[in-house]
Amino acid sequence: MRHNRTAYAFLAPYLLIFLAFWVWPIINSFIISLHMTRVNPWRFAPGANWSRLFTDPAFFNALKNTLIILVIQVPVMIALATIMAVFLNSPLLKAKGLFRFAFFAPVVVGEVAYSAVFRLMFNYDFGVINKLIAGVGLPVVDWYSNPTAAMALIIMAVTWRWAGYNAIIILAGLQSIPEDVYEAATLDRVSKVRQFFYITLPLLKPVIAFCLVLSIIGTMQLFAEPFLITNRGGPGQATETLGLFLYRQGFGSGNFGYASAVAYAIAALAVVISLIQLRLARDPQ
Amino acid sequence: MTRSGQNRLRSFTLHALLAPLAVVWLFPLWMMAVFSTMPDHGIFSSDVVLWFGTSFTDNVRNLQADTDFMRALTVSVFVGVVYTVLSVMLTSMAGWALARYRFLGKTAVLGIILGTITLPYFVVVIPQFVMVARDFKLANTWFALIVPPLFNSLGVLFMRQSFSMMPPDLFDAARVEGVKEWRIFLYVALPLARPTIAALSIILFLHSWNNYLWPLLISSDRSMFTAPVALGSLVGLTKVSWGGIMAGAVLLTGPMLVVFLLLQRHFIAGISAGAVK
Repeated sequence: MRHNRTAYAFLAPYLLIFLAFWVWPIINSFIISLHMTRVNPWRFAPGANWSRLFTDPAFFNALKNTLIILVIQVPVMIALATIMAVFLNSPLLKAKGLFRFAFFAPVVVGEVAYSAVFRLMFNYDFGVINKLIAGVGLPVVDWYSNPTAAMALIIMAVTWRWAGYNAIIILAGLQSIPEDVYEAATLDRVSKVRQFFYITLPLLKPVIAFCLVLSIIGTMQLFAEPFLITNRGGPGQATETLGLFLYRQGFGSGNFGYASAVAYAIAALAVVISLIQLRLARDPQ
Repeated sequence: MTRSGQNRLRSFTLHALLAPLAVVWLFPLWMMAVFSTMPDHGIFSSDVVLWFGTSFTDNVRNLQADTDFMRALTVSVFVGVVYTVLSVMLTSMAGWALARYRFLGKTAVLGIILGTITLPYFVVVIPQFVMVARDFKLANTWFALIVPPLFNSLGVLFMRQSFSMMPPDLFDAARVEGVKEWRIFLYVALPLARPTIAALSIILFLHSWNNYLWPLLISSDRSMFTAPVALGSLVGLTKVSWGGIMAGAVLLTGPMLVVFLLLQRHFIAGISAGAVK
């Protein structure tokens, strides 16, 4: 039996918001990207923004920075999250509540609040991190003038904020693995480490793939951290991400046409990466 | 080695690995709390300070002098509450439709909702801004802060899953007795979905509470700043009280940590819902 009218009556408000604030803007964004938006009124010039995109060194710099962060941060974070989840799931662990709090608490901390703390902690002269580094006799790091250090700082900050979030998802995946799988393996004297690599990891593959996709999309849109921690993508443009570049083009210079083209490029990249990820995860080996 | 000896060694290794990681993970939150209680000359001194000072109220006062943070907190609470209520209404209605009825275009609607999960928000935010601020001149309004972020795909999937796990006989019996569909939804299905709604509400409120980019773009008028925007506007200024900023960070984070501690189960259910489809 079909209930077209009732169903759409229930769906209507949701779909209305979706059409008004997602579908139309996405279409409109494409139209805007075909216009010169730095003149008033906007002028139709289909090639202008798109050809600029492929030759703009600032765009490629932001793309490069984003990809570097992506390639380092996402695998490190997912590995850490997996370790956290596996350990939190262990029946041998004492004070589970405390550990859970430590790893999961960053999930509720807002971008602005934690960015401010990290900015202060990594201050060159008075930051607690440099004081601790100096305390153990190592050379202090100028986190905000050294491009590599600034990148490392962004990567550490994002990892701190999101590892627990992924650990929650992976933990849910772990808890859905039936006990008897492990019991059989333990009876056969398969070591815990081998059990992890040959039972747990393969069974977690879809969950980890889901985390990877979410994390990649998240990292591609990285904005608040380089905006607030490294002060608008500094030093120079060393930590300028695609998100920050987009913000600068769209809202700093008011060049919405070009920003729309950049947004499409980010979306295309995200879709491609996600598809590759999902394909890899689905592939039965 | 005996079985229990092996377990003890394993347990020791486990804790030895995990404890330092937990300390590192707690450290930024600890420092946030410590900084919020220290005067600026204490924060910018050459001593390592890891324990609380007594300047929290002074810092709050400094923060209030730098930006009207109490006003911003009020804006954030109001926006968060209205956003959460509206979003729960929209997503539970849509989730109900997708769980309960067969209708033309159902696969397409589901496919689109799933598809938007992998769509970066950045594609939408510029045209959203152009539409709301430029075309409709609605910048700095409650409407602009609350309505455009309402679309939410994970929430619908979460509600749909909850409704489809309920036995359909329950609803069919009511229908046979001539109860209207919207009454079945309102008085039978929704009360049964209370745990899911609780988990969803927490996640939605948190999302709104911490939302930064959209309110940053859409509110240029200080009186319509949300708390994260107000706090973010101070980061990077030269003449600003960092103790004050940290006090603001604590005021933003503290309540959420308390909610997290009290309602951990709902929190975790809400987040891990993404994993179970």
